[in-house]
Amino acid sequence: MVEITIRKRPQTEAVITQRKFFKKTARGKVIKVLRERYLRDDVGCGIEGCRECPATSEELLPLNGDQNHQLYPNGHFILPDTNVFLAQMDLIESSLFNPPIILLQTVLEEVRHRSLPLYNRLKALTKADDKRIWVFYNEYRIRKATEWYNNHISLTRPPVRGKPPPNLPTVVLLTEDAANRQKADQSGIAAISVRKYVEGMVESTKLLDLLSATGSDEIEPTKAAGGRQVLYPEYLPSAALIAGVKAGELHQGHFNANPYNYLEGTVPVPAFEKPILLIGRENMNRAVQGDVVVVEVFDEKEWKAPADEVVDQETTLKNDDAEDSGEEGDENGEEVIAKESRVLRQESSTQKPPSERQPTGRIVGVIKRNWRAYVCHIDSTSLTSTLSTSLSTQTVFATPVSRLLPRIRLRTRQAPALLNQKILVTIDRWDTTSRYPEGHFVRALGRVESKEAEQESLLLEFEVPYRPFGKAILDCLPPEGDQWVVPPKHHDPHNIWRDREDLREVIVCSIDPPGCQDIDDALHAKQLLNGNIEAGVHIADVSHFVHPDNPMDSEAASRGTTVYLVDKRIDMLPSLLGTNLCSLRPYVERLAFSVIWELTPNADIVNVRFTKSVIKSNAAFTYEEAQIRKDDPNLQDDITNSIRLLNSLAINLKGQRMAAGALNLASPEVKIHMDSAESSDPIDVEQKELRETNSLVEEFMLLANVSVAKKIEEGFPQTAVLRRHLPPPKTNFEKLQDILKTTKGLTLDVSSSGALANSLDKCIDPNEPSFNTLVRIMATRCMLSAEYFCSGSVGRDTFRHYGLASEIYTHFTSPIRRYADVLVHRQLSAAIGFTPLHASLHSKSHVERVMNVINRRHRMAQMAGRASVEFYVGLALKGRTETRGVVREEAFVIRTFRNGVGVFVSKLGIEGLVTFKKDTHKFDAEKYTITIPNPGGGEKQISVFDKVMVQIEVEKDKNTQRGKVKMALIEPVESASTATFVIFRKEAHNNHGQWAHCRKVPVQAPPQIQANFDRDRERYTEPFQIPVPEHVQPRIPVDHTSPTGQMNPSASHPPPFQWGFHGFEQQRVQWEQDRDRLMSKAQETMSDMSEATLESLSGTIDTLRTKLAEHRAQREKQQRQLEQELEDKKRNPPRWV
Amino acid sequence: MSSRIEILNAGGYRSDGRRQYELRTIAIDFSPQGSNPDGSATISHGLTQVSVSVYGPREAKMRSQTFHDRANINIELSIAPFSAGERRRRGKGDKRILELTQTLKSTFEPVIQTSLYPRAQIDIYVQVLQQDGGLLQACINATTLALVNAGIPMLDLVCAVTGGVHSTSALLDLTQLEENDLPNVTIAVMPRSGKIALVSMETRLHVDRFEEIFRLAGEAGTVIHSEMKRAVKEKTAKLVDAMQLGKGSAAPNAENDY
Repeated sequence: MVEITIRKRPQTEAVITQRKFFKKTARGKVIKVLRERYLRDDVGCGIEGCRECPATSEELLPLNGDQNHQLYPNGHFILPDTNVFLAQMDLIESSLFNPPIILLQTVLEEVRHRSLPLYNRLKALTKADDKRIWVFYNEYRIRKATEWYNNHISLTRPPVRGKPPPNLPTVVLLTEDAANRQKADQSGIAAISVRKYVEGMVESTKLLDLLSATGSDEIEPTKAAGGRQVLYPEYLPSAALIAGVKAGELHQGHFNANPYNYLEGTVPVPAFEKPILLIGRENMNRAVQGDVVVVEVFDEKEWKAPADEVVDQETTLKNDDAEDSGEEGDENGEEVIAKESRVLRQESSTQKPPSERQPTGRIVGVIKRNWRAYVCHIDSTSLTSTLSTSLSTQTVFATPVSRLLPRIRLRTRQAPALLNQKILVTIDRWDTTSRYPEGHFVRALGRVESKEAEQESLLLEFEVPYRPFGKAILDCLPPEGDQWVVPPKHHDPHNIWRDREDLREVIVCSIDPPGCQDIDDALHAKQLLNGNIEAGVHIADVSHFVHPDNPMDSEAASRGTTVYLVDKRIDMLPSLLGTNLCSLRPYVERLAFSVIWELTPNADIVNVRFTKSVIKSNAAFTYEEAQIRKDDPNLQDDITNSIRLLNSLAINLKGQRMAAGALNLASPEVKIHMDSAESSDPIDVEQKELRETNSLVEEFMLLANVSVAKKIEEGFPQTAVLRRHLPPPKTNFEKLQDILKTTKGLTLDVSSSGALANSLDKCIDPNEPSFNTLVRIMATRCMLSAEYFCSGSVGRDTFRHYGLASEIYTHFTSPIRRYADVLVHRQLSAAIGFTPLHASLHSKSHVERVMNVINRRHRMAQMAGRASVEFYVGLALKGRTETRGVVREEAFVIRTFRNGVGVFVSKLGIEGLVTFKKDTHKFDAEKYTITIPNPGGGEKQISVFDKVMVQIEVEKDKNTQRGKVKMALIEPVESASTATFVIFRKEAHNNHGQWAHCRKVPVQAPPQIQANFDRDRERYTEPFQIPVPEHVQPRIPVDHTSPTGQMNPSASHPPPFQWGFHGFEQQRVQWEQDRDRLMSKAQETMSDMSEATLESLSGTIDTLRTKLAEHRAQREKQQRQLEQELEDKKRNPPRWV
Repeated sequence: MSSRIEILNAGGYRSDGRRQYELRTIAIDFSPQGSNPDGSATISHGLTQVSVSVYGPREAKMRSQTFHDRANINIELSIAPFSAGERRRRGKGDKRILELTQTLKSTFEPVIQTSLYPRAQIDIYVQVLQQDGGLLQACINATTLALVNAGIPMLDLVCAVTGGVHSTSALLDLTQLEENDLPNVTIAVMPRSGKIALVSMETRLHVDRFEEIFRLAGEAGTVIHSEMKRAVKEKTAKLVDAMQLGKGSAAPNAENDY
């Protein structure tokens, strides 16, 4: 039974029992706010054994306060003011700082008002066990409270007669405000500054370090809410931007954020060899990763080298407030700006060799925003109320998963419910007055770390289209469905056998990773009578099923590639084709596109032919099975012999390739062990191994691709779909060369790919076998990424594939999972006269457009796959730490920063960063070393390529929900307390060029052999890097549900191709483009209209029609009448009297 | 900035210094409002102030509005534009006002013994002067008092109070600030009979919490009831005193006369 009472508030004392203030709304309206204040006399002082105050069960302050301080031998309590908490939170949080603190309610509220994160820290402190903090709910002014306490103490402890007067503890006002102290002194209150107070403490030396320098003697900066502060310069008008870019004064490019340092970004522009560096918030001027921006370059004097410090957004802006930042007054702003400029100053003070200097500049305008929906977490510290019952709108921060993006501010009513969820947030705008972009909540994806949510967020983050295929697309499949078979040769109504070679008798087999369902290639080899060898590569004939310009084709074009995640595959083509009709399964007749060579035993090509064919595979092996078969001398059957034949050829081919200067680079690839197929919980991670048969398949795929590339380039010199890998600019290698030279005394010759391959081979450290791999990984990161291109759009001399050392190259061998291969199939079949080439493949602009899309999709797919692996590595790590305690792994230092080192854990394939908190280490930029004092005495130097031991623990960041791996450096220096280790998700790879292969993962693999990229068909090492995100390409509009093809059936079947009518052809293509554009526009507007609108519209149309009909009928009637009259008149002309 | 204020802080105090189960100060005033009403009352719960004037029972102005067996209750409510922080004029047809009026009517119709006055009309004019949460509660309480003041027979006094839930702790008599943030419910009870006259909920409230709040609000109703009774008795005592004063002063005069 609770006691319900009525509190009385004396009306006469309204001055103190009411609060009245005016507030200005965002729209500029002034509102009067009147609030009550009930004064009470039952607020406890919190001192143990006080006889006047009501006893509480809570922890109390000691009777005599703290008696260890030099200045107050009688014992004391401290009573800090707001600024002490705002500026010296680190000090107060320190476990050494433990005098009894009286925390006033007004102070607490003020802290809350100024900075929520600080308030949360303070609140946590009041609950902490080792702190003695009593919250006193005062409603007096601060000096008064001290007075009250002192009076209270003396009142409640009157001197007892016969005893000496007791030593009364004093309450000391702790304030940084000199004026405040003065006033306090005048009224006889003990007041002291923080520094003085700490100096008098027992462990002063340790605590003095924690004192922050700010706010030494300044007056409390309570500014009136003036106008909003402008934080960013305005953009120039777009006309000025365009004119500037045309005149060469300004430069246009894509903005790339730096994942290591949120205050830095780069814009690569063609005018400079190195990308333009943007330092500081103001120069980055509200650009978000991927925006097309216009940059003004500064004078050469101001050019700088990029920073080598890690600046984390979360730690620097930890105390920033969602509601305040950049709005009304913004007391925090100055602090943040000061902090940031401090960081930047530090940067500029370090001297760098002039060779590292980059052009610097500032962004003066944005041509195109790349804003989309971002996967985010709600930052829990930015919430004012985490109670699920709270209904009020809150302004909170959403931290994007990607480290390249700034925090987004959004207003929501459901903030408490969205905590611990992955949510989708879009940016709406970014005003010059706001430090953060404003966004809105789109939808929740699910709980953090649930696989579904993580998976979906990956797909969204990398813009992978993952919707199921629509009806219009599925209608393009053969009507027989999975009953479809190759018709018998003698009864062939659809003319499938026309010009097809019958290769059903040839002994063909396929070699794939275990569990592979989409088998798109098979091989055969046989000895010819003349001593040469016939070898054939048979690729699934996807172009037989996917006709140009139908919904399935355009969907495949927009998807670009199949995306392989660890436990999911997002198909490019409907699975009926991918895993059944086009899959070259054993013992089934399948359509194929074959490349058949006659090779000498040394693998020199005598001749090559291309043909459409029908094959019947004799076996589907895994790499392992094929390897075992080949190595078993007892097996002498045809299949095994042909594998051996292929293998001997492959060895020769590889030799030739290597001699030509192909690169053999390494990649950190790992294999994830699954617990069981059902749960798909990863339990462990290890690096994968490669077999001879992997190389066998790889060599033949390369050979086929090269041969096909030659053929289609010959046939269609203007529009052939090819793939190239540009040689990396020499400057990319400079840093690596320098590092190798200074640390290991090795040189790297980068004059050509062959020279590079040779010098890479020489990079060996006899004591460290994996050193070579590490160098290869780092060399890979210096390279550019390979790309698809249209042969007519670039110069003939740039066709070369640098990594493969091949003059010409394309992708032909995986049409089920890559759209480029489908195009190549079409071009090849036209080149051999099998079918005419579809008009769209004659248009250079069309091919270019498609190439742009698939290049981008390709990159995104690689990054998504990698991110998925990383997620599972993280899970596995977590699993491992749970079952086996801490994980210790060897790691290599790959980069040194001024305040940390980048390390690479080769066993897990993850890369991370160790930052050192304390400023006790020495950094040598020239030698790439960092010297850390050893706790046991002495110092230890760590340089790039050094092997260190790290202890890895998984921990979830409370605020951002980002998976965080905490690590302690164990060897050579134990520094457990100073190191944190973060999994940099794909962002790390973005900027520094990560390395990946074309990979293929079987979906739903059996336990233990899981999901990996075992099947790297063309395992030739194509480094992939993200130089510039190409966000400008228009996405080919695909609508699953609207029957694009059916709306205009004549258009989807273009007229047969005619040679010679080039003008007509162009016109037609243009007309088709226009039609597409209009159609998609029309569909958009249509879909925008709601059903109701449409209904009412059609209703109106009906009524109009009937009215029109009536009208017409009436008019006709009138006409008829008139005619009749005229006739009448003619018949009997009026007689004039 | 309103979201920056803690509804219930760690020390168990609400934003205005009350504890969980403490009601705001109640001031009741029976001085007549408007043009010669039969009864009127002004009640303030903290900074929410409502004034009610009651006319009747009297003859209905329009015959169409009369009932042959009972009195017709006519309630009109107006909210002063200056009552809230933001100036806002609400017309007669405002949905919020219509809803409040209807709620009041259905609360009081069964309580007032209308069958005693067939063909009569009772006019109740409710004027909201100041708003700071608990509007409906103040309207109901003020109407009860005005009816009492007008001497209209009722089965019981209707006492209303709002309750809300912050996390798991129940709060009583919410201010505007609390009302905006918390799921809340207004409950009107008739403490003598223990009957419930009204339960009104405009936000979602967890069913497990409802019972607790409901019970608490019922008890709070009795507290308000005693406060009302005290005020009524005080007023009556004053009246009686005044009458006796008149009698006392009149009698000697009469004696003098005769």
